[in-house]
Amino acid sequence: MADPTTLSTRAVRRYAAFGVTAAVLLTVLLVPPLTGLDQQLVDLSQKLRPPSWAHPFGTDDVGRDLLLRCVYGLRVSLLVGVVAALAATVLGTAFGALAGALGGWTDRLLMRLVDAFASVPHLLLGIFIVAMFRPGVWPVVMSVALTHWLSTVRIVRAEILSLRSRPYVDAAISGGASRWRVTVRHLLPGALPQAGLAAVLMVPHAIWHESALSFLGLGIPTHQASLGTLIQTGRGSLLTGDWWPTLFPGLFIIVPTLAIAGLAGLWRERLNPRRRSELML
Amino acid sequence: MLELRDITAGYGPAAPVLENVSLTIAPGEAVGLLGPSGCGKSTLARIVALLHPPRAGIVTVDGERVRGWRHRAPRHLRTAIGITFQQPRAAADPRLRLADTIAEPLRACGLAAAAKDRTAELAEAVGLTAELLHRRPHEVSDGQLQRACLARALVHEPRWLVCDEMTSMLDASTTAALVATVETYRDRTRAGLLAVSHDRDLLTRWCDRIIQLPPALIATSR
Repeated sequence: MADPTTLSTRAVRRYAAFGVTAAVLLTVLLVPPLTGLDQQLVDLSQKLRPPSWAHPFGTDDVGRDLLLRCVYGLRVSLLVGVVAALAATVLGTAFGALAGALGGWTDRLLMRLVDAFASVPHLLLGIFIVAMFRPGVWPVVMSVALTHWLSTVRIVRAEILSLRSRPYVDAAISGGASRWRVTVRHLLPGALPQAGLAAVLMVPHAIWHESALSFLGLGIPTHQASLGTLIQTGRGSLLTGDWWPTLFPGLFIIVPTLAIAGLAGLWRERLNPRRRSELML
Repeated sequence: MLELRDITAGYGPAAPVLENVSLTIAPGEAVGLLGPSGCGKSTLARIVALLHPPRAGIVTVDGERVRGWRHRAPRHLRTAIGITFQQPRAAADPRLRLADTIAEPLRACGLAAAAKDRTAELAEAVGLTAELLHRRPHEVSDGQLQRACLARALVHEPRWLVCDEMTSMLDASTTAALVATVETYRDRTRAGLLAVSHDRDLLTRWCDRIIQLPPALIATSR
């Protein structure tokens, strides 16, 4: 055993991942309702001020406090990320279970459908989906969910295919269980940990995707802070040497997504302790 | 009468594992199936339990010809034939407690009302205490788990029982206990038995007659 007073890198990573995720969740959930500060408060006398004690992240081109904008932006991005990841996981698990449990022609047809979806670049498909609706949070959620369920289908299907050949499934069939019963009682519960892991790993992806869409001006409307829109509006002042309107929202994308991915890595280690995992994105 | 006629079977596009095998098990009869590793013993056992479709040949159960396998086999035929497997760890769902493992076939057939009494009765027959029934597979030994798997195989009162290497992972006393349980059950119900093993002594003591399969048609690799 290592000296108990020094922390191993794994323990540090664990504490960091838990700590940052907890801090992010608390900030995002508590700051807006408790502080009552107005993120839209414009103060043109204070525009584009570098970080100071009054404005730790500086101000944007109309004098809004960037720290507050970042917190609100992260709130929107996290909402999009979590809801989209959940929706994609439910969709992916349902299709994956259907393909894996039924096999044969159903499986082939569903998987070709998945291949067809996957052959279109995510961002292009996402842009196509948001373009069909008025800009807002929900079209972005839908766009992200509909482009990210494909990997979950593959994961759940593969897991179910491997479980399907276990003797306990043979025993269940021999005992008179229907296809439905075998799937719901034996196959799905076995595949759910993997689907859950895929869901957690998908949250950072979904956040990036949301940011990318918003950065392109296609996602969340510009007046509503999201990490993508913040970077997009900050981009203009980058050329004049004002670095803070893009740096801090960028950090707000990177740090929480790394923490969530770290949590997913720990979960994967618990599922499969023999395979040590590094950060996986 | 459980009858297999001219069965040819295999996996995928490879050469068949079994070719033109015929086998009959009468009610109350105990048939031993002996053969070296890879010769198709387990495949034959799975065909008898309607879990593996043969490429050619006919299977009849009490005069009723089997036309579908696995889920496609009629439920009354599937439940008429119980099966136990070699590795209890792989044959029990790791998420189910032993009591649920034993009762699951009844619940799957809409007989949940009878499940509790039947589980208690079978647990006693195979020698599992009430405390063990509340444990999950990773909390019991291989022998205890195999006892639960045997109880599960008997839960529908099958007219035939297939024991595929049921005792090859177990110690002598557990083996004796499991064989005794099977024999008690068969004395009462006159069920037929197909016991698969590579242990000639065990089959000689246990079975009325022994069928020896020829060495593997396919070369055993690994």
